Amino acid sequence: MAAAIEISGITKRFGEFEALRGVDLRIEQGEFFALLGPNGAGKSTLINLLAGLLQPTSGSIRIMGHDVQTDYQRARSALGVVPQELVFDPFFNVREMLRFQAGYFGHGPENDAWVDEVIEGLGLTDKAHTNMRKLSGGMKRRALIAQALAHKPPVIVLDEPTAGVDVELRQMLWAFIQKLNQQGHTIILTTHYLEEAEALCERVAMMKHGKIVALDTTRALLKSHAAKQLSLRLTGTLPTPLQSLLKQQNGDEVVLALSELSQVEMVLSVLREANVAIQDMQLQEADLEDVFLNLVGNQKGASA
Amino acid sequence: MTKSARAGVVFIRCFKKELLRFWRVAFQTVASPILTALLYLLIFSHVLESHVKVYDQVSYTAFLVPGLMMMSLLQNAFANSSSSLIQSKVMGNIVFLLLTPINTLEFFAAFLAASMIRGLLVGLSIYLVALCFVSVPTVYPGWIIAFALLGSALLGTFGIIAGIWADKFDQMAAFQNFVIMPLTFLSGVFYSIHSLPPFWQAVSQLNPFFYMIDGFRYGFFGHGDVSPWLSLAVVGSFLLVLAWLCLKMLKSGYKLRS
Repeated sequence: MAAAIEISGITKRFGEFEALRGVDLRIEQGEFFALLGPNGAGKSTLINLLAGLLQPTSGSIRIMGHDVQTDYQRARSALGVVPQELVFDPFFNVREMLRFQAGYFGHGPENDAWVDEVIEGLGLTDKAHTNMRKLSGGMKRRALIAQALAHKPPVIVLDEPTAGVDVELRQMLWAFIQKLNQQGHTIILTTHYLEEAEALCERVAMMKHGKIVALDTTRALLKSHAAKQLSLRLTGTLPTPLQSLLKQQNGDEVVLALSELSQVEMVLSVLREANVAIQDMQLQEADLEDVFLNLVGNQKGASA
Repeated sequence: MTKSARAGVVFIRCFKKELLRFWRVAFQTVASPILTALLYLLIFSHVLESHVKVYDQVSYTAFLVPGLMMMSLLQNAFANSSSSLIQSKVMGNIVFLLLTPINTLEFFAAFLAASMIRGLLVGLSIYLVALCFVSVPTVYPGWIIAFALLGSALLGTFGIIAGIWADKFDQMAAFQNFVIMPLTFLSGVFYSIHSLPPFWQAVSQLNPFFYMIDGFRYGFFGHGDVSPWLSLAVVGSFLLVLAWLCLKMLKSGYKLRS
C-alpha cells in the first residue's frame, strides 16, 4: 500500500535562506499526524510543497503514491489543504463555493450529496446560502475547512486550523475531523495548541530550523523526552545522590526530572536517609509542551 | 470518469464561476461600460457630426459606433480576466485554484472564455442601443464576428498575463491607464488614421489595436484604412504570440508557484 505522504530529501531555498534542510518523512494511510514546531521552523513551507504551491529545490514528494510534480493532477486530487489564512471568495455563497471547488477537481452534480454532508458536518447548514463575505470569522473558518473537503480527498492537511477559534467550534471541528479519520482519511495537522496534538495525534514530528528533530509516536515522545517532574520544598540541601535528577532550582524549591513514577519512592528514601524534611511536594504530569520545549526551545537539551 | 470528461467538468465549472463573477456585479461590469460608450457617442456625434466626414455615404455617428463597440469590447475583455486574477491574488483566494489539479489549458480556456463573453456582451449591447439613434450597416458580418472574437480573445489573454504579472491593484491600474487606454484611444476609434499627418499614420500602424478596430469597422462599412486581411494577419499573429506567452507563464507557475 502506498504511503499517504512520502517525503524524500526535500530541501527548499529562498535565495540565501534555507527554509528546509533535508526532510524525510513517511506518513501512512489512516494516520492522525501532527507537525509541530515554532514559527519559522518550516512547517508551512513543507505544506506548501505538498500542495504544489511551491516547488522544491531538491527532493521529491509523493501523495498516495503520486509525485506532486510529475503526476500533479492525481497528487492534488488526493490532497485537501486547509490554508492558515482566512481567505475567501467574496462573490459566492457557501454552497456555490463548495460546488465550484469540487468542480475544479472534476466532480459534477454527483458530488453534491457529499458537499451537503460536509456543510452539515461542519454546522454550516444555516449559512449555506449566505455570501462568504457576510460570514463571521468562525463561520469563515468552517467554510475554509469545508472547501478543502469538497472533493473528498483521502489525505487532509490542516494548517493551524484552530488559530483564533472559540472552544465550541474547536471541539465540533475535532469531532468532525476524528470522524473523517475513523472513516479512513489521513489527517496531518500543524498546530500551536500542543494539547490538541497530544489528545488527537498518534504520531508527531517536531521541526526546527528546517529539519525534523523528533519523530515518534506521541506516547513514546512523552515517555522519552519529558517524564514526570517532582517539585520539592526541602528543609536542607538536596542530597548528592539526587543531584543527577535536578532539573532546576528556585531558592529552596527544587525540581527533579523523573523518567518513571517508581523513582519517587527512591527520592523519598534518599531524603529520609539524609534527614532532609519535605515541606511541600508536587508531582507534575509531563505533556507535549515539555517535549516541545525540550527539543525545540532554547534549553540546554535542544538539538538542531 | 474518463480524462476528457473530467477536463470538461473542470473547464465548465471554472468558466461558469468566472461568468457568474462578473454577472453578479453586472451594473459595474456590463451596464457601466455601455453607458460610458453611449455618452461618448452622444457627445462626439453632437460636436463633430457636421464637421467630420470620414467615408462617403457614412455619417460620423455611424462611423463612431463600431469604434466604440470595439473599444469597449477590448477594455472589458481585458478587465475581466485581469481583475479576477488580481483580486484573487490580493485577497489570497487564488490558493483555491492553485490547490486543484486544473491544468494550464483548462485554466487558460476558462478565464479566456469568460473574458470574451463579457467583451462580446458589452460590444453587442452598445450596438443594439446605438441602433435606436443611428442606422449602422453590416456589409460583411463574417469580418465583424471574426474581429470581435479575435479582439476579445487577444485582450482576454492580455488580461490573464497582466493579472499574473501584477502584484497589487496599483500596478494593474498603471497597466490599464498607461498601456491599454492610450493604445485604444490612439487606434482610430474616433477618427480615420488617413486624417492624420504621415508620421502619425505610420505610428498608428504600429499599434495592434488599430488593426482590430479597422478590421472590425471594415465589416460594417466595407471600407477600412488597410486591407482586412492584413488586419487579420496582424491580430491573429499577436493573439498567437500572447497565447503562447500566457500558456508558458501558467505552465512555469510564474508568480503563482515559486
